[in-house]
Amino acid sequence: MLDEFMLLGMMPAAVVNGLMFGAIYALVALGLTLIYGVLHIINFAHGALLMLAMYAAFYLFRHFGIDPYFAIVFVVPASFVLGYALYRWGIGKLAHGKDENILLVTLGLAIVIENAAIFFFTADQQTITLSYSYDTVDLGFVFLSLPKVISFFASLFICLLLWLLISKTDLGRAIRAVAKERQGARLVGIDVEHIFAATYGIGIACLGAAGCLLLPSFYVDPFTGNIFVLVAFTIVVLGGMGSIVGALVGGFIIGVTESVGGLILGESLGQIGISLIFILILVLRPTGLFGAKS
Amino acid sequence: MLEIRGLEAGYGQVQILRGIDLDIAEGEIIAVLGSNGVGKSTLNNNICGLYKPFAGSIRFLGNDIIGQDPKDIVSGGLIQVPEGRRIFPNLSVLENLEIGSYRRGKSNRKKNLERMLDIFPRLRERLSQAAGTLSGGEQQMVAIGRGLMAEPKLLILDEPSLGLSPLLVEQMFDLIKSINEGGLSIVLVEQNVMQSLKLADRAYVIENGVVTLSGPAGELIENTELKKSYLGI
Repeated sequence: MLDEFMLLGMMPAAVVNGLMFGAIYALVALGLTLIYGVLHIINFAHGALLMLAMYAAFYLFRHFGIDPYFAIVFVVPASFVLGYALYRWGIGKLAHGKDENILLVTLGLAIVIENAAIFFFTADQQTITLSYSYDTVDLGFVFLSLPKVISFFASLFICLLLWLLISKTDLGRAIRAVAKERQGARLVGIDVEHIFAATYGIGIACLGAAGCLLLPSFYVDPFTGNIFVLVAFTIVVLGGMGSIVGALVGGFIIGVTESVGGLILGESLGQIGISLIFILILVLRPTGLFGAKS
Repeated sequence: MLEIRGLEAGYGQVQILRGIDLDIAEGEIIAVLGSNGVGKSTLNNNICGLYKPFAGSIRFLGNDIIGQDPKDIVSGGLIQVPEGRRIFPNLSVLENLEIGSYRRGKSNRKKNLERMLDIFPRLRERLSQAAGTLSGGEQQMVAIGRGLMAEPKLLILDEPSLGLSPLLVEQMFDLIKSINEGGLSIVLVEQNVMQSLKLADRAYVIENGVVTLSGPAGELIENTELKKSYLGI
């Protein structure tokens, strides 16, 4: 009886914690959903590239003392350039227009990056400690760690920027245009290959931001990225392939599910809820919550 | 302003155009006529840089444009409104029109948008609607409006009457006439032979990849061969 009462009392805290993490999940999923929605690529290199971003933030902190939140200023543009170049002169060229080739290329890329990371960074788990790592924010019913709160608002802000970019700028219109009508896009003068590479670049830039935001409250090793990307795939399916709003809402749902599941079933079984949601969505609504019906 | 000489083109091993000569002067409206499969769209795709011809020359305003990227041809002011419209179904009507000036005419975007909505008042009511949900006639308006937003010097219209009801076809042709009277040169690629001839200054008839008839539209209307092959009289 007492146990159930305590569980209920801790529920709000679990929900808020889930929302905090959900925002970063959303950011990882945003990159994935954007790349899938426009390029029809299932980007298996997503986790490896997230891990690279985390290492970038890690070494910027260790060698130059740059705060990971400030490192966003460097890591995001660098991630964009890396993503742009990878697509323009790597994935796009190797794929020869065949989807199965793209799958293999991105998977191969992931293996190469992960093993290079083991070689250069070693397989040890690394963490950083900031002067404010253990500061907390008191919401009245729950204490939240300050880094998580900062990451939460930063993620929301980046999601908003991305939404503005996609819906309000010419680049965003061109991205949505090539997603559905490539020939028409060429005829209005859109450089389709450039837009494809830019889209991939933006997707990877989201990872750059996510990597910086994760580092203050998460460890990094050569396989960290996969933890998030498996979850991100679920979010993309839940929210609807290619939907930005879907990625955000899906991120929150999955974040809360994991956190509440962890509270009730214990840390190691907490992720069962995510798999359950994944299966339910596939059975009941395969296009996802915000996915377009084809 | 457009001068095509000895154009041979096709896809892969298959040759479709076997030496086309075609000219259009400033302010003219010409019709390129022919039934399905004679190579009208192949001609368009090669003019717009989507494909590279096997042989021949295409000069636009004195410049050789063969081998140029479609985006550079658009920058030069040669705009195509393609067959099947190729509008962006997931973008709103407003966004479709705005993106027409992606590479050209961006500084006059607002002004041109107002002009488009005066030409196509029906689109004004549908500005925020996804273009894919419009009727065929409305989609054609979006496609033409999108093309005009780029402030073209030469506009190629590929089968604008396709899939429209007879009444709408008539309206569409009136509209093309009025756009041309505003000073814009137009290439009208059509299967709709008689209506196109009434509208055009000159016409070319393509059969099996070559021009079989050409001349002032008024003369071609009286041509007995043409009447026989396209009207069955």
